[in-house]
Amino acid sequence: MAEVEIKKENLVYAKPRLMLDNVMHYCPGCSHGTVHKLVAEVIDELGLAEKAVGISPVGCSVFAYNYIDIDWVEAAHGRALAIASAMKRLMPDKMIFTYQGDGDLSAIGTAESIHAAARGENVVTIYINNAIYGMTGGQMAPTTLLGMKTATTPYGRDPRLNGYPYKIAEMMAHLDGATYITRQSVHTPANVRKCKNAIKKAFQRSMEGKGFSLVEVVSTCNSGWKMTPVAANKWLEENMLPFYPLGDIKEVK
Amino acid sequence: MEEKEVRLMKGNEVIAYAAIRYGCDGYFGYPITPQSEVMETLMELKPWETTGMVVLQAESEVSSINMVYGGAAAGKRVMTSSSSPGISLMSEGLSYIAGAELPCLIINCQRGGPGLGTIQPSQGDYFQACKGGGHGDYHLIVLAPNSVQEMHDHVAVAFDLAFKYRNPAMILADGVIGQMMEKVVLSPQRPRLTDEEVRERYGSWAAIGKPSSRERNIVTSLELQSEKMEIKNKDLQAKYKAMEQEVMYEEIECDDAEYVIVAFGSSARICSATVEMARQEGLKVGLLRPITLYPFPSKPLAALAERGVKGFLSAELNAGQMVEDVRLAVNGKAPVEHYGRQGGMIFNPDEVLAALKEKFIHKN
Repeated sequence: MAEVEIKKENLVYAKPRLMLDNVMHYCPGCSHGTVHKLVAEVIDELGLAEKAVGISPVGCSVFAYNYIDIDWVEAAHGRALAIASAMKRLMPDKMIFTYQGDGDLSAIGTAESIHAAARGENVVTIYINNAIYGMTGGQMAPTTLLGMKTATTPYGRDPRLNGYPYKIAEMMAHLDGATYITRQSVHTPANVRKCKNAIKKAFQRSMEGKGFSLVEVVSTCNSGWKMTPVAANKWLEENMLPFYPLGDIKEVK
Repeated sequence: MEEKEVRLMKGNEVIAYAAIRYGCDGYFGYPITPQSEVMETLMELKPWETTGMVVLQAESEVSSINMVYGGAAAGKRVMTSSSSPGISLMSEGLSYIAGAELPCLIINCQRGGPGLGTIQPSQGDYFQACKGGGHGDYHLIVLAPNSVQEMHDHVAVAFDLAFKYRNPAMILADGVIGQMMEKVVLSPQRPRLTDEEVRERYGSWAAIGKPSSRERNIVTSLELQSEKMEIKNKDLQAKYKAMEQEVMYEEIECDDAEYVIVAFGSSARICSATVEMARQEGLKVGLLRPITLYPFPSKPLAALAERGVKGFLSAELNAGQMVEDVRLAVNGKAPVEHYGRQGGMIFNPDEVLAALKEKFIHKN
């Protein structure tokens, strides 16, 4: 076999410049790593590295600040969009985004999230929906599907006992201040590319002052779901996507 | 010499004027009686058209304190105001702000509790303000104004201390101070800090966008390694210890006093009349008014006890809260008693004098 010379100009892929070398605490197979990479790429491609401030949540992505080389603020559980609202109003030329899970955004932070969207804050929320509380050990989230087994629904989510799952993206789409609401996934390379475009569009819209953007990423939690990464991707496609269909939900031009 | 700008206004209104004139960058609040005039006045004054100050009505106190967290994380001079039940909701955020070592100003225009309680004045939040309120070992800097003028002046004092120590500062007022109208001398307008000035002063820690010239700034209270978290806790305690040099208090007729009333804020105002009444009767009564409740003026109280004061009466509009700090300061050298009214009731000067006589002078 002929030796292949590795030249920089021949590289088709490199680690994003803004991704730090810290070893990720995420489980192998988790969607967070992929989404972090997309966020880092988009910030750099848009030339926003010196303007971006991320707000990390409470949940698995609490340590997002260890992985992307920008300024960060770590929020109390659910409060990220209150923090982001103030920061964007006080620094309108900066790119302020929150990175939140489904427990953070759509359970404990519902009020802060809905009202930031309703006010039309010019910020972006990256919303990781894996239908479970990963960090605390796999308990039921508001997004947990009916019948789905979690640490707090060991016999499967029963609507009579545990209520129904809900879709905060569709709820936000009713709000005048929310102008770009989209649902993406990163379980195939094609979906990763689409998701990146959505994140890029959201960040651009924020800098253009077009109102609130939500990029929901239907994600896997193979540890919490107790599956292999491959099985988790399949389960996502067969179970999550019918309830959380992909695509743009709202875009105000 | 420039003529002083003298106005007649409510304690709550003056907070708005003082904040704008101090060069405050942002106010985030939620309506609650008896302090809603703070945000109403700000909205009427429209500072975003003059100084560029942001004023935003949030959906809850939980949100407004986290907006303050965000603004403070950006190195801005930000504030909120509320009243007792609202401060309870903010307590989570205050713990995070203290843990992340961010400067900000909170005004608590206290009302009677517990629970929804009453909208009438109270000093029932002394413990909440001075002993934590939220979780974990932390302290706020706490100032207790006793007049509309001090409401005004304490805005600047509190912001300055907050930034000096990178710590949240609270003005602990009450419904009396917030609602009463008095003459007040307004300070001249100061400019807000420019982005450049914020970068120069706070760029080493504020999350304002990372230039390639420095490491990224992370504003957080999280540290999962116990060894590191203990060091962080010790650093915080060292900071609180250093704050003790900021103690402020006022002594009225204490030099020869045999009995000393200890009272803060509106109570102190009432008790200064008690001292006059007592002196007219020939009783040697003085008043020590803590102006900072945290740090607490323990040393002057200890000195009075050392000198031979026969008794201390902590007069508060609560069931007895500050009295515990007075006892700690006096440390058994003299008897310490409490007199209070609760539920929005306010004592008269003669009631306090009667209590003083009953608890100390006519005791035997």
